[in-house]
Amino acid sequence: MSENPFSLWVYLSQSPLLWLTVTLLTYAVADAVSLATHRHALANPVFHSMWIIGAFLLLTGTSYTTYFEGAQFVHFLLGPATVALAVPLYENRKAALAAILPMLAALAVGSATAIGSVVLLAEAAGLPRTVVLSLAPKSVTAAVAMGISESLHADPSLTAVAVILTGIMGAMIVTPLMNRLGTRDLRARGFAVGIAAHGIGTARAFQVDAVAGVFASIAMSLNALVTSLLVPLAATLLAR
Amino acid sequence: MIASLSLILLCQLAGEVFVRGLALPMPGPVVGLVLLLLLLLARDRFAVLALGPLQGGGVENASRGLLAHLSLLFVPAGVGVVQRLDLIAAHGIAIVIVLLVSVVVTLLATVATFLFASRLLARGRSAR
Repeated sequence: MSENPFSLWVYLSQSPLLWLTVTLLTYAVADAVSLATHRHALANPVFHSMWIIGAFLLLTGTSYTTYFEGAQFVHFLLGPATVALAVPLYENRKAALAAILPMLAALAVGSATAIGSVVLLAEAAGLPRTVVLSLAPKSVTAAVAMGISESLHADPSLTAVAVILTGIMGAMIVTPLMNRLGTRDLRARGFAVGIAAHGIGTARAFQVDAVAGVFASIAMSLNALVTSLLVPLAATLLAR
Repeated sequence: MIASLSLILLCQLAGEVFVRGLALPMPGPVVGLVLLLLLLLARDRFAVLALGPLQGGGVENASRGLLAHLSLLFVPAGVGVVQRLDLIAAHGIAIVIVLLVSVVVTLLATVATFLFASRLLARGRSAR
């Protein structure tokens, strides 16, 4: 036993081991609760893990940089996991091919709505132009959205925050919203959440159903491309 | 397992090189996804390709393992948001409401278009 328990904390709080353990443990509990509630929309494991860990960091006065030293091992896997989405897509290729036209139509309308609605609403709310531009790419994956935001001289960190918030909201809203509408087509539900809420929405879709997940991952991938073309266009229209 | 993970990383690496090299506005891993999909399809057509991780469900199992907890992978980035809530607070609750309404509108517009187009298509097919 160390003479001063505080020195043990000082050592551990600086090591990746502690923060990797905290990340996995918190998620394991959040995921168990999510499973126990039959994947209830409000028991979203990403949402609950992030605020619990975030509060813990605030309470212990730990910087995000220190936390990320440990959490980066988990974060790194996002790239390989995106590549791995090829496998469920491959296994459901017939369903995907059969729906190619509805997907393209929904992609065009969905992508334009995602950008148009946020730009119009933010303008109506009287938010400053830099903020409006930072919010515009919020429906695509963080890396791409931040790149778009940077190219428009907006605020990439605000964009990252908007992207994550959008993802969480989309993932938590989609199931109750679609149930209320009575939409049983899991392809349409998955595709919508992939367009509106990128990877976090796709993760939610996979929790519900494999086919929904496949359609969400197609939507997410295509939307990254379309949004990076449409947002600069919207920015030019705004500047006039 | 190691060979399968290597193949996945190799696809991602090739995707990153492709995207950076051509300065394309899309994520490298998405190009990696397309590459792995093409490899899986090519394997079904050309028996010579069915070796290493591309046979006996190697890369398939590794991918399923990676995707089993896709939600977990978003936690580190999510925690970053909790630390930067000051950015949101600076502009008030308006931002949160704008994002919320936009998400709902986007979900509705996308799902409606998808259903409309697939019904139109089904009707066109049955009419023929």
